[in-house]
Amino acid sequence: MTELHVAYRFDTLVVGAANRTAVTAARAVAESPGSVYNPLFIYSRPGLGKTHLLVSIGHAVRAVNPSASVAYLTLDEFVEDFHGAVASGVVDGFRQRYATQDVLLLDDVQLLGRRLEMHEELLRTIDALQAAGKQIVLTSDRPPSQIESLDERLLRRVAGGLVIDISRPDFETQVAILRRRADDNKAPFATEVLEAVATLGIESVRELLGALNRLIAFQAVSDAPLDPQQARVLIGGPGAALPTTTPVATFGTAAPVSTLEAALGDKPAVVADHDEFGDFLSELANTLAAQAEPWRTRVGEAILRWEGEGFRTGVLGRLLDQENPADPDAVLVQYEADAERLLEMHHEVAELAPDMVGSPTLNDPGNMAAAEAYLQRVRESAEPPPAPSAAWRLEELVESTVNRMALRAVHGIVEAPAVRYNPLVVIGGAGSGKTHLLHALGGALAGAGLQRVACLPAHEFTQELIESIDRDAVPAWRNRYRRCGALLLDDVHAIAGRERTQEELFLLFNIFIESGRQLAFTSAVPLAELSGVEPRLLTRLEGGLVVELPAPDRDLRAQVVERLLAGRGLGDDAELKAYLASRPADSVRSAQGLVQRVLLAADARRVPATAALAREVLEGAARPARRAAPNRPPIVSGGIRSREKMVWQWPDVADCVIEEWR
Amino acid sequence: MSLVNFAAREITCKIVYYGPGRSGKTTNLQYIFGRVPEPRRGRMVSLATHGDRTLFFDFLPLDLGSISGFQTRFQLYTVPGQSYYNATRRLVLQGADGVVFVADSQARRFEDNLESLQNLHENLLGQGVDVRQLPVVFQYNKQDLPRELVLEQGALDDALNFRAVPSFGADALHGSGVFETLKGVSELVLRRLSAGGVAAG
Repeated sequence: MTELHVAYRFDTLVVGAANRTAVTAARAVAESPGSVYNPLFIYSRPGLGKTHLLVSIGHAVRAVNPSASVAYLTLDEFVEDFHGAVASGVVDGFRQRYATQDVLLLDDVQLLGRRLEMHEELLRTIDALQAAGKQIVLTSDRPPSQIESLDERLLRRVAGGLVIDISRPDFETQVAILRRRADDNKAPFATEVLEAVATLGIESVRELLGALNRLIAFQAVSDAPLDPQQARVLIGGPGAALPTTTPVATFGTAAPVSTLEAALGDKPAVVADHDEFGDFLSELANTLAAQAEPWRTRVGEAILRWEGEGFRTGVLGRLLDQENPADPDAVLVQYEADAERLLEMHHEVAELAPDMVGSPTLNDPGNMAAAEAYLQRVRESAEPPPAPSAAWRLEELVESTVNRMALRAVHGIVEAPAVRYNPLVVIGGAGSGKTHLLHALGGALAGAGLQRVACLPAHEFTQELIESIDRDAVPAWRNRYRRCGALLLDDVHAIAGRERTQEELFLLFNIFIESGRQLAFTSAVPLAELSGVEPRLLTRLEGGLVVELPAPDRDLRAQVVERLLAGRGLGDDAELKAYLASRPADSVRSAQGLVQRVLLAADARRVPATAALAREVLEGAARPARRAAPNRPPIVSGGIRSREKMVWQWPDVADCVIEEWR
Repeated sequence: MSLVNFAAREITCKIVYYGPGRSGKTTNLQYIFGRVPEPRRGRMVSLATHGDRTLFFDFLPLDLGSISGFQTRFQLYTVPGQSYYNATRRLVLQGADGVVFVADSQARRFEDNLESLQNLHENLLGQGVDVRQLPVVFQYNKQDLPRELVLEQGALDDALNFRAVPSFGADALHGSGVFETLKGVSELVLRRLSAGGVAAG
């Protein structure tokens, strides 16, 4: 497969009437491969930009999704590859290779007419790609119906997508192409020179650029700037190719055949046949320019220029409609200032969100307010999404038998994101520490150098989506997350019943997985019990690593208690630690709550926190103190009582023992 | 009638090649047709008899592209030269923005030139057109013939071009002077357009 030519991008393509529809279709395909025009078939005569457009699609797809697999090759290369596969007995590998591409860009398929054996193979590839929702784009120098001996089934497949042509660029587009290329080469030419070249009737963009190269080469060895007449003679144009029997005219006011020969002196140059039609046009333009009101000429030229750049020129068109506008030059100056500003906006959007640069909003100087609003939305989308909290760090997590698996998985992800556990789904009840774990993972990933780690609750994710829908800024919102290095979503069970959220998450999910970026989720509800979530999303969540964070065991509680007491200088009180660790708690948060209650009571009474105080606070003063005896009913003093606490009110002491044992 | 359409930024001009039969009017259009890039020209309509005589008229539309911001189109017509097609000539002449009078430089065709020129004036007057206001140029064709057969350009000017409008020697068969003539009449037409003697769309 061939590398994508770096210079063939949408932003280096000059768009005019001749290729606007094709470019629009190509952009649509690049933004949503496989979902709009599939296959897309682009045809034109040689040299009109088919390959440029084809490769631009590849670049744009990669800009949106850097890990997308894009294959670009000519039909000849495709055929060669196939023959090589047949020769080495690996046809299945060949088919697999092409059928698994996200986007297949096949150039010059008109050569299929001479490759009858490839019809079946291409048909197979198209079918496989379409079935998998992948994109295929084909180019040819003629419409499908004119490709000789093309298989009827291939014809139908192609006709089922979109067949679109690129015609010869009009005058304005040619001038814009020439101007851009001349600017790229830092070889400025007078507008009249470029217009003279554009009037020569050159059929293809490639030849047009070749002609410009000749002018550049000539200009490089010439002291004086090239004039339109010299340009025409240098290039010749199609008139030079026409048979001519014209002798040198000497009658009346007939002009001499060439004045360039004198101008060239001894310098080597290609002196082409005299282009009478070109001369005629040039002089006519001079006459008209001299006759027309100067402001109309300026406005007309501005329309040519900015239409060539792809901008709407309605403002200037309306100006020309007026007989005596008050201050046409002021309108023109304002228009050009606005157009320049839009160009700046284009560049900014291209940097912030390449897939949003094609908006027509950025091409209308007549509605700058809309353009500014659009840019603002893009900027907002470029702001990083919520990051993981710095308060929850991975090293603060206490490892025990119950959370060991989850912790090891997190450490594994930090070492090699998106390699082994993608997605990671942590299931745990309230207070189990799953949010801590998720933020700690995010913080560690960011600390390891991963850019743009998004970490937020699922309900906040939904709220952002709703706001973006309200502001008609969903693409911007979407782009904000698509550019993240990792997406960590807390309480993903909250998306149950949120259909649009699920749809967006599904798209993000696929993009992240395919591009090798890490996803992690937490849920308070086991996935098998999660209702209201689309199966396609559930199966993807289950496809990664699902770990549970059960209620903390005694070992974990002991470590939590020890860490909290050590923070208060009470780490040496073994009796207190043992007593608190023995207290039942269905979550880490509950265990922490017990310790906090004892410490608060000690502070309030201005006494040291001891096991006796803890018993009194947690079990009540009326009961006799029993050393390290957990089987005491607590004194509930206004706190929320957990299920385990409530069991102490059960009449049968056997139940208490069983519960504690559990 | 020529048209300057500011809304659509279009200029459309009608130029009629007038002159006696066999003076080379159709040859002028054929030469232009051959020198204009294909995308810029329309299909040349030519209704000719078996002997290549123009039966009705020739029509060649030219798309000159965008000039000073105006999409410019020229429509070139010829009239049948023979005297018995005067009704057709009047029809073709209607709404002309400019006229190229193609005279045959041969001395033996001098009277035919005069007769055709008078016919032009009569037809213009019949349509209420002041010939002094209409852009007209002369082309003295067949100047490539031996000197003894043709009249000098000065002599033809003296005889035909009494208002001293632009005139051009030509050899339409080989192209000499063809585009010079077209340029000459085009400049006059465009100057008249800008002077306001046109319908503005």
